[in-house]
Amino acid sequence: MTQVLVLVEHDADGLIDSSRRAVTFARGLAVANANSKVAVCVIGEVPTGGAELASAIGRQAAEYGVASLHVVPFTGYAPLAWARALGQLADSLSADAVVAAGTDRGSEVMAHLGAITGEEMVANCFAVSRSGTHEWHLTRQRWGGSLIEEAWLEAGRALLTVATDAIPPASVVEPVAAPLELELEAYEPQLADGDTSVVATESPEQAGGVSLASARVVVSGGRGVGGVEGFSVIEQLAAYFGGAVGVSRAVTSLGWRPHSEQVGQTGTRVTPDLYMACGISGAIQHLAGCQSAKTMIAINTDGDAPIMARADYAVIGDVNEVLPALLEVLRARG
Amino acid sequence: MRILVCVKRIPMVGGRIVLTPDGGQIDTSMLGFTVSPHEECAVEEAVRIVEAVRAKGGSGEVTVLTLGPPEAADQLRDAVALGASKCVLLETDREWGPIATAEAIAQEARERGPFDLLLFGNEAADSGDFQVGIRVAHLLDLPVVTGIKGLALEPSGSAGSLAGSLPRASARREYRGVEESFELGLPAVVTVKEGINLPRYPSLPGRMRAKKAVIDSLALGWQGEALSTESLRVPTVERRRAELLGRGAEAVPALVALLESLGLLS
Ligand SMILES: Cc1cc2nc3c(=O)[nH]c(=O)nc-3n(C[C@H](O)[C@H](O)[C@H](O)COP(=O)(O)OP(=O)(O)OC[C@H]3O[C@@H](n4cnc5c(N)ncnc54)[C@H](O)[C@@H]3O)c2cc1C
Repeated sequence: MTQVLVLVEHDADGLIDSSRRAVTFARGLAVANANSKVAVCVIGEVPTGGAELASAIGRQAAEYGVASLHVVPFTGYAPLAWARALGQLADSLSADAVVAAGTDRGSEVMAHLGAITGEEMVANCFAVSRSGTHEWHLTRQRWGGSLIEEAWLEAGRALLTVATDAIPPASVVEPVAAPLELELEAYEPQLADGDTSVVATESPEQAGGVSLASARVVVSGGRGVGGVEGFSVIEQLAAYFGGAVGVSRAVTSLGWRPHSEQVGQTGTRVTPDLYMACGISGAIQHLAGCQSAKTMIAINTDGDAPIMARADYAVIGDVNEVLPALLEVLRARG
Repeated sequence: MRILVCVKRIPMVGGRIVLTPDGGQIDTSMLGFTVSPHEECAVEEAVRIVEAVRAKGGSGEVTVLTLGPPEAADQLRDAVALGASKCVLLETDREWGPIATAEAIAQEARERGPFDLLLFGNEAADSGDFQVGIRVAHLLDLPVVTGIKGLALEPSGSAGSLAGSLPRASARREYRGVEESFELGLPAVVTVKEGINLPRYPSLPGRMRAKKAVIDSLALGWQGEALSTESLRVPTVERRRAELLGRGAEAVPALVALLESLGLLS
């Protein structure tokens, strides 16, 4: 019996979306290795037994075909301590693969684990298969998903992070032998003093405008907007839809708008229903942040700009002419 | 205050990645080169810290290091133009993996150190490996924080000053809409994200310094790793030829109809 251990993250409602995707990825690996099972590791203050959150996580784990659910009781986020705990749990389960979503925390903890053990850690994978005890074939993203790499890993145990945007979350459809709700098994790691010396303090969530990452509509402006003033109409349009303002890196580098609004590989990744790219050329690093939009409209003076090949709809024209005219019509409708 | 900043040379790919005919690498014949925006911010952050220390009468210097081809000297010079003062080039003849890279950097940091602060980008733009900084921290037995969007150095102890005993660092980042902060004593490793600052444009004297900068290079023998690339490919995105709604303001009625059909208008 071999196991694939997945580090998952949760919020008040249960497993976060990227973790479900990571579990889906791990299940694919387990299924391909006939005898393998998926174990899940939760680190944090999850009360075991009965409590609502524990029950939600237990149910979701069962739905996703997880065989066992391990909880490391721990207060707060200390990356090194989390990695130590994950590694010890993996050893105790004789896991031959350890997986986490490629989130900030998932990547950080897995990198620490690799550094502790000296093992290779392969980032942003979305397909994996095993051939022989020490050989893994991996498919992973480079350049934020603009380039795909096929690679071989020679290792007894694989440490992988998952490119979650490439794997849709899928629960097991057929009824499984697993119970409807998995019991949480507590696991106590042996931590050294230094493991908790770097620990996060969380400040309360800031109430503010619509968060860019979760906005349903994003109206984005690029260098083609022409200057700071041009963003006034972009702001008004975004507000009209109850959405958020996005920008390209050209705009943040010029100091026109803050980096918190930047969409892309080194900015925020957005997944709106509608993405309006106004005066944005469509560099791959920008697209890396908005290609999951359901519908994309591009407004650009250049009909041959790369964005035109990636958008669903296009307007060829000057943003400073099209957007004010659009806003006027929308306002007139009330 | 001695700071080491590590950067990686990458091609400045724009609208689409083009591979060489054998598919083995990115065709860079038509491309310029740069470093990740995260790393550009790391250089800027280091320069600002040293400037602040100097303003208080202390001393400090920024060393910028890269592991890469001889041409990566250009990226070191770019950092000098922003205010770095020393350049180290660990010359390699092919792409290195994260473990070997971290070992080479840690070795160099030991020899040229001690450094009070080691700055990295959060992840390299090309490989996105997310681990060199963390591995270097483990090898040097230093604390590490990653993905930092705000860094402040505070004197440790009442009598301390930035110029005297080593300060403590307070580092901020975002996690799912919440701000996380970390306190750690120097020396430490910090990996930063774009947005921590807005890098300056190189000044004319800066560019003059960059031209004259001495690059301390050292050729390294290839260190293989357990991970090896088999092939690269550009993902096939359906080139959705965008449906043209119209030109200029004349397109507005079509735009409004589209927004309506998407259910976005009340
Ligand atoms: C490692 C790396 C990471 C990066 N990360 C990011 C990132 O996270 N996000 C990001 O956005 N970029 C990122 N970039 C930068 C990216 O490569 C581009 O340089 C950037 O996205 C260009 O921004 P832009 O489209 O606004 O500007 P440009 O490329 O200059 O395009 C401006 C567009 O506006 C059009 N235009 C001009 N005037 C008008 C007008 N009046 N009306 C309508 N259209 C007009 C032009 O035709 C052109 O298409 C990164 C680069 C690197 C190397």
